[in-house]
Amino acid sequence: MRLSPTGALRHSGSLFAMALDVVRSLPRRPFQAREFIQQAWFVASVTILPTALVSIPFGAVIALQIGSLTRQLGAQSFSGAASVLAVLREASPIVTALLIAGAGGTAICADLGARKIRDEIDAMQVLGIDPIHRLVVPRVLASMVVAVLLNGLVSVVGVAGGYFFNVVLQHGTPGAYLASFTTLAQLSDLWAAEIKALVFGAIAAIVASYKGLTAQGGPKGVGDAVNQSVVITFMLLFVTNFVMTAVYFQVVPQRG
Amino acid sequence: MGVEICVEGLTKSFGHQVIWQDVSLTLPAGEVSVMLGPSGTGKSVFLKTLVGLLKPEQGSVKVAGRDITRLRERDLYEVRKLFGVLFQDGALFGSMNLYDNIAFPLREHTRKSESEISRIVLEKMDMVGLIGAEGKLPGEISGGMRKRAGLARALVLDPEIILFDEPDSGLDPVRVAYLNQLIVDLNAQIDATFLIVTHDIASARQVPDNIGLLFRRELVMFGPREELLASDEPVVRQFLNGRMQGPIGMAEEKDAAQVEQELAQIDEGGPADALTPRLLPGPGITRPPRWEAIARREAELHGTGVRGA
Repeated sequence: MRLSPTGALRHSGSLFAMALDVVRSLPRRPFQAREFIQQAWFVASVTILPTALVSIPFGAVIALQIGSLTRQLGAQSFSGAASVLAVLREASPIVTALLIAGAGGTAICADLGARKIRDEIDAMQVLGIDPIHRLVVPRVLASMVVAVLLNGLVSVVGVAGGYFFNVVLQHGTPGAYLASFTTLAQLSDLWAAEIKALVFGAIAAIVASYKGLTAQGGPKGVGDAVNQSVVITFMLLFVTNFVMTAVYFQVVPQRG
Repeated sequence: MGVEICVEGLTKSFGHQVIWQDVSLTLPAGEVSVMLGPSGTGKSVFLKTLVGLLKPEQGSVKVAGRDITRLRERDLYEVRKLFGVLFQDGALFGSMNLYDNIAFPLREHTRKSESEISRIVLEKMDMVGLIGAEGKLPGEISGGMRKRAGLARALVLDPEIILFDEPDSGLDPVRVAYLNQLIVDLNAQIDATFLIVTHDIASARQVPDNIGLLFRRELVMFGPREELLASDEPVVRQFLNGRMQGPIGMAEEKDAAQVEQELAQIDEGGPADALTPRLLPGPGITRPPRWEAIARREAELHGTGVRGA
């Protein structure tokens, strides 16, 4: 890729332009239901297992850290509260973001990139079909839906993993763990996490589609596109996560 | 009846690199035109500009009176329905079998019933000789079959204009001959406007009504086949004879002194090339008046009887 001072700006501009195109094509009929269901199934199938496997150790690490910290402070009764809070608020959106970008986004980008360099996208446009409406919109929606569901999965598996490690391995008291469940965390934390996941899903799919549809230069170009799409998505997701967390703390009153 | 394409002052560049500039030509409705040019002269770019996949810096492309370069995205998709394009490798959708590939435009754009779609798809597959391969995936068939399947898909919406991007690349001479015959037969049957982008000289001599030549970032010539084949223009003669002596070099172009020296070496006083006979629609094809006239002229030129009916 050639470096040019305006290159980054131009790419950001085109990325946002495509995001706008996606929003504009959302209400267009006919809705590509078949493609949406296929893609949702596809994204779910490549993300569910890794997500579950990643969230168990994630919940465990949090439980271990908090367990030893609370023991030092003599606040074992709060270990359940703290670990639920950590999993629900931060861990689950971050794990969702990593998996939806790393597993879902790369698959979308590689698929669209391969179609692009085989001239399939051009052929589609020539046949009078808008690839944004036909291919990108169903993928973005599928990725959003799956991200929301994944976030729920991560929360459950993460909390369960935390419970297992705290109670079984660190000999915490199950009653105290469960009783302090809602001391710090509240329902709005879950909603906030789900909204984050929704936005992450959209960003990951849009970046992946953009990179896939602009791939050029043969098979190597597709590889490069996938690589760049992961890097860009990660950066965007972590920044977005920070901003949304900051806004959340301003908007929703906290417990404790 | 096909649609006329009127290109005026078209200029395209990528960054600072000009691909070609000030290209003006008219593709007459219903006729077959060939665009020739050495590799890397932007023939495919020209084709993509005609369908609005690439935006030119200057100039206009008028299709049925509408300027493709200035249309809004939504209108562009409407105008594109007039086009059928055969891409270099067929550009079939890799995840669908041949039947679904060819049925795709019908399912997207029309409300036809599946039985009607099946009738049309099988008709077009028969036209390109692919009956029996409906269930195959694009990855499982040869390049020639992919091209023919791509052609069937391009034909399915009854386009007014068909563009061919190097239909002969990667095919053996026999398959090229069959494909050329298919193109001529199609033109007699559906009367659409054809543009073939290629660097195969044999096809260019046999098939078209008009020939154009792109070289050195401009359109060197565009005109009726006889005129081009008889032209004295050094670039045209070099290309049509496929020889090394002349302005076209290995690396795009040569310096003027060398070209002059080389041209002097060639015996320019030799007899002009005999005009290659035109390829006519096969015996089973009903010829429209335009092809009847062409066949009569060919018979006069070459003294052969008019074949078929």
